[in-house]
Amino acid sequence: MSVKVVLPTALARHTEGQKAFDSEAKDLPALIAEFDTKFPALAQNVKDENGKLRRFINVYINDEDIRFLGGDAHQFEDGDEVMLIPSIAGGSL
Amino acid sequence: MVSSCTKYELRCNECGKSYGNVPLSACSECLAPLEVQYDLESVRGRFTRESIAAGPANIWRYKELLPIPEGFQPDLPVGFTPLVRAKNLGKRIGADNLYVKNDAVCFPTLSFKDRVVSVALANAQAFGFTTVGCSSTGNLANSVAAQAARLGLRACILVPSDLEAAKILNTQVYGARLVRIDGNYDHVNRLCTQIADEYNWGFVNVNLRPYYAEGSKTVGYEIAEQLGWRLPDNVVVPMAGGSLIRKIRKAFKELIALGLVEHKDVRFFGAQATGCSPISHAVKEGWDYIEPQRPNTIARSLAIGNPADGPAAAKMIRETGGWAEDVSDVEIVSGIQELAETEGIFTETAGGVTTAVTARLYSHGRISRDETTVVCITGNGLKTTDALEGRFEVERAVKPKLAAFDEYIREVDGSLVGAAQELVLAGGVQ
Repeated sequence: MSVKVVLPTALARHTEGQKAFDSEAKDLPALIAEFDTKFPALAQNVKDENGKLRRFINVYINDEDIRFLGGDAHQFEDGDEVMLIPSIAGGSL
Repeated sequence: MVSSCTKYELRCNECGKSYGNVPLSACSECLAPLEVQYDLESVRGRFTRESIAAGPANIWRYKELLPIPEGFQPDLPVGFTPLVRAKNLGKRIGADNLYVKNDAVCFPTLSFKDRVVSVALANAQAFGFTTVGCSSTGNLANSVAAQAARLGLRACILVPSDLEAAKILNTQVYGARLVRIDGNYDHVNRLCTQIADEYNWGFVNVNLRPYYAEGSKTVGYEIAEQLGWRLPDNVVVPMAGGSLIRKIRKAFKELIALGLVEHKDVRFFGAQATGCSPISHAVKEGWDYIEPQRPNTIARSLAIGNPADGPAAAKMIRETGGWAEDVSDVEIVSGIQELAETEGIFTETAGGVTTAVTARLYSHGRISRDETTVVCITGNGLKTTDALEGRFEVERAVKPKLAAFDEYIREVDGSLVGAAQELVLAGGVQ
């Protein structure tokens, strides 16, 4: 099983410019854990002091807000697109 | 007009990181929203009641506390809309000191969005953007299209596909490129953040958002000035993204800090439609977060299910001792009619929300009748006439004969005839 993770420019600076990559994570907590090993700088940027995803980030599964799908408990399916976007995003330095 | 030389820059609300002035909306460190911060001390003595009174009768009289780039020459008379005493509405809902801030007549496109767009586009030009855009529930689209046309900027505007026909026409007429998106506002907004990543466009409510949002402060400055440089006890504000209500408070705080008004702890009340009420829900539950909703309401200009400034707005409302309420679509239409019938102000659905919520706040005792309360009406009823479709029958045509008229009017409304006869007896009608 594999999902496609999509990042905006603001976060891609932590992934050597990669705005999309594949992941085998089964759910959101697993994906965040994967960031820890694969992209530590990204993990640091998107997690708060409690290790949870910062509240300023929205996660969409195939265009649907993950909060409508059950949040952390939602199980990814093969081929899903998982998009992370800051809730007030836009612009670059 | 001489442009402002007040020092300002973007700063992160959460971690305090400074960014100077760039087209950017979120902190790169903690992803929180950026906000314009001013060096208030640098305007002390320059931003006074007298200097403001000497300025033009529009929002640029407050330019010292707006993020206006060096050299920008504002020429559109935006804002400075009437603050009217609402005695008739007050009588109906049990309010003795009620005022309506009437942005239904804001120039140039009849909504409060004209304020934010004028500030955003000033910055768009300074940043060198030649194409501007926005995600919009309608009013913003109208304003960006109109003001971009005047400034000679190209405009590409994205809206949900189910938008009211009048708001679509009122965007296209200015020559803007309007793109209808098959989705709700939250889909449109998310797409715009992606477009802003890929295209070098100035999106007023995406990458220009911190500057744009500052324009909302002018509602607060005007309320204070029009009350004779004093603050009201309460403000009732419609909430979509949750930005306006926070910026009115910011304006009041700045006026207090600079000594233009006496300190007062103004209470802030938020108004939403029940069919899209994530912020009022959060206020009622005491949450510091928002649970997104799928909007389903006729108040499309407030139909933002995942409001960007929602958590901050909910927190702020409770801090001030205020409250938030939400009302049904039926109550929204009644609110529109009530404001029109009592005060002669025809507002759009968002104003119906605000009026109906205000009535409820009084009836529930959240606001007491002698307090000074300002209700913010943010848009014009001519843009959402479809909400009133079927409310009024088209009566049959009457022959142009006095006898026919007399027969007709006695049939449909005999009370009018009674009044006319009294005037005849008094010699008022010959």
